[in-house]
Amino acid sequence: MRPFMFILSAMVLMSLAFWAYRENYATQQALKDVSRLNSEIASLREALSQQRAEWAYLNRPSRLRDLVALNFDNLNLLPLEPEQFGHVEQVVYPLPPISIPEFGAVVDTIGTVDGEEDPL
Amino acid sequence: MIRKPLRPLARILLAREKGENPDHIERENIRLRAEDTRARAQNRAEGRLLLLGLAFFAAFMVVGARMGLLAASEPMEPRSAASGANISALRADITDRNGRILATNFSTHALYAHPKQMVDPARVARELAELFPDMKADDLERRFTDGRSFLWLRKKLSPEQMQAVHDIGDPGLLFGPRDMRLYPNGKLAAHILGGSSFGAEGVNSAEVIGTAGLERAMDARLRDPAQASTPLALSIDLTVQSAMHEILEGGMAMMNAKGAAGVLLDVHSGEIIAMVSLPDFDPNDRPNPLVKGEPADSPLFNRALQGVYELGSTAKILTAAQAMELGLVNPETMVDANAPMRWGKHKIGEFEGKNYGPLLSVTDVIVKSSNVGTAHLALKIGGERQQAFFKSMGLFDPVPIELTEAPGSAPLIPKRWADIVTITTSYGHGMSVSPMHLAVAYAAIANDGIMLPPTLLKRDKLPQGKRVLSQQSADAAVSMLRQVVTRGTASFGEVEGYEVAGKTGTADKVKKGGGYDKGKNINTFASMFPASDPQYVLVVTLDEASENSGPKPRRTAGWTSVPVAAEVIRRTAPLLGLRPQIETLPATGVSAPKP
Repeated sequence: MRPFMFILSAMVLMSLAFWAYRENYATQQALKDVSRLNSEIASLREALSQQRAEWAYLNRPSRLRDLVALNFDNLNLLPLEPEQFGHVEQVVYPLPPISIPEFGAVVDTIGTVDGEEDPL
Repeated sequence: MIRKPLRPLARILLAREKGENPDHIERENIRLRAEDTRARAQNRAEGRLLLLGLAFFAAFMVVGARMGLLAASEPMEPRSAASGANISALRADITDRNGRILATNFSTHALYAHPKQMVDPARVARELAELFPDMKADDLERRFTDGRSFLWLRKKLSPEQMQAVHDIGDPGLLFGPRDMRLYPNGKLAAHILGGSSFGAEGVNSAEVIGTAGLERAMDARLRDPAQASTPLALSIDLTVQSAMHEILEGGMAMMNAKGAAGVLLDVHSGEIIAMVSLPDFDPNDRPNPLVKGEPADSPLFNRALQGVYELGSTAKILTAAQAMELGLVNPETMVDANAPMRWGKHKIGEFEGKNYGPLLSVTDVIVKSSNVGTAHLALKIGGERQQAFFKSMGLFDPVPIELTEAPGSAPLIPKRWADIVTITTSYGHGMSVSPMHLAVAYAAIANDGIMLPPTLLKRDKLPQGKRVLSQQSADAAVSMLRQVVTRGTASFGEVEGYEVAGKTGTADKVKKGGGYDKGKNINTFASMFPASDPQYVLVVTLDEASENSGPKPRRTAGWTSVPVAAEVIRRTAPLLGLRPQIETLPATGVSAPKP
């Protein structure tokens, strides 16, 4: 019984040592991952703030005003003015659909005015 | 343990034989036994002491070794802790009331040199001078070769410049990372934001500190690491600010003015929606303050806040409102307006020597802007009550807003308040305040007589206001101001649909040595809209404006500031979400067909 206990405890010890060894490396790997992710987060944050700054710079009112003037032909944008406010009553109701006679029925051509031959 | 007997038989017998006392043997043995016991106790105690000493030694060694290790090792961030948002943001952003960025941080690089590591200082100096026109090649070469081991070259580099410096390819040129402050809107809110520069500088980083304006006044808040990730929201509306800037710039050119200022205030919250002072500057490249000459000539000068001038007739409504508040008059009361009026050796006249008298109603005093009528009202009020009222309107103290320059807006008040001072200040002469003061006072009238402290920061909850006028007097004052626009001096101020109410003010500038300069004036239009339920107060001031379309230049506010202010209202009111009150035609059969 005694040697058996001896061998068993030795095996338990070895397996614990193996487990600790693996845990050690797993922890180190996790720490590396965390620091890599942290630096990635930091660089993304920096990129985000840079892009926000750039967006704000590109959307500065003076530039937008110049762009509006430059593209007036296409966009027809004007500053917001009091005349552009309206009442709901000023909006027209949708017009009833206009009935257009359908084309497409076969038409028989009997002759033309100037006597030319029908091209069809 | 084997105990030695105290009376060993052999020795007793031997002693008896020799005729000795055997008790001696016993006592001898007792003594030996006691000595033995003591020796053992001493040994044990010494052993324990040694053990304890060893334990202490080991403990102190551990502590010492740990300290040594900590002192000798490189510091390291804890790697497993989660990083907060404060990693990138060193200084909080500044945004407008809708979250549009007014100031933010931008990464860039600074350039410095280690001349001792330079391979060819002469070539480096030459090529740097080619890249940066403000650097001189021979000057740089001298500094590279005079034995110093470190020098700064540029505080900020653009990426293109950095690449060009890289291309010089000398190991003695080095870059340090920098966080710089960027104002993406350029000049737009220059006087509000102020500017910033670098404080303590190191190779790896530099602190950004505010040098003027809000950046300096709110420096502690902006640098607080706990709040670095929450932007500071201002009360400014960027769109409105931009529209006002554009119109004032145009108006300044059209009216041949030297400078212009505009303040737009929300009367119900005391928030400053827009504040423009022209000429202005780019806070990204803040100019140096003027060393000589008038500070007002510098673009750094904030006319809206620091420009304390006599604001002329715009003050008349305060006198009229106070007279009504005290129950001395009502809007229809007739007062003496017979010009010119004599007071001691002083003569008080009207604009261009007119006479609106002999009697005018209080409303007409304001509508026609009668100096004499206002003077009589002021005399009824009396100097002491007038001073107390001006003080309650905030006209005696600097405007309490969040700018470094705010204490510089201290009004100029006469030291002795004689009767003639009571008379002149009633129509805005003899006392100088800034356009911001005027806006705050007008906002109190527009806000049903409740005075609110102005602010540049977005307000979440309204502060406790202070009542300075009854609602009745405030309403009567607004109605008088409305009539100034409909049938008085500010007829160009009418904006269809917005019921503008306001008062013009034209004041000659005070000369350096004393007296007034007839050719130079400050034209102000202080207004509120819409008159039926005032929401906003707008003050527009033009410096040395003249309207030259007629045969002779017109220098009154009615011809200069008023049309500019009307244009500001026409453009900004829709942006502020105010619907014009326009009579619309009833729906006709054409526009509303039956379904």
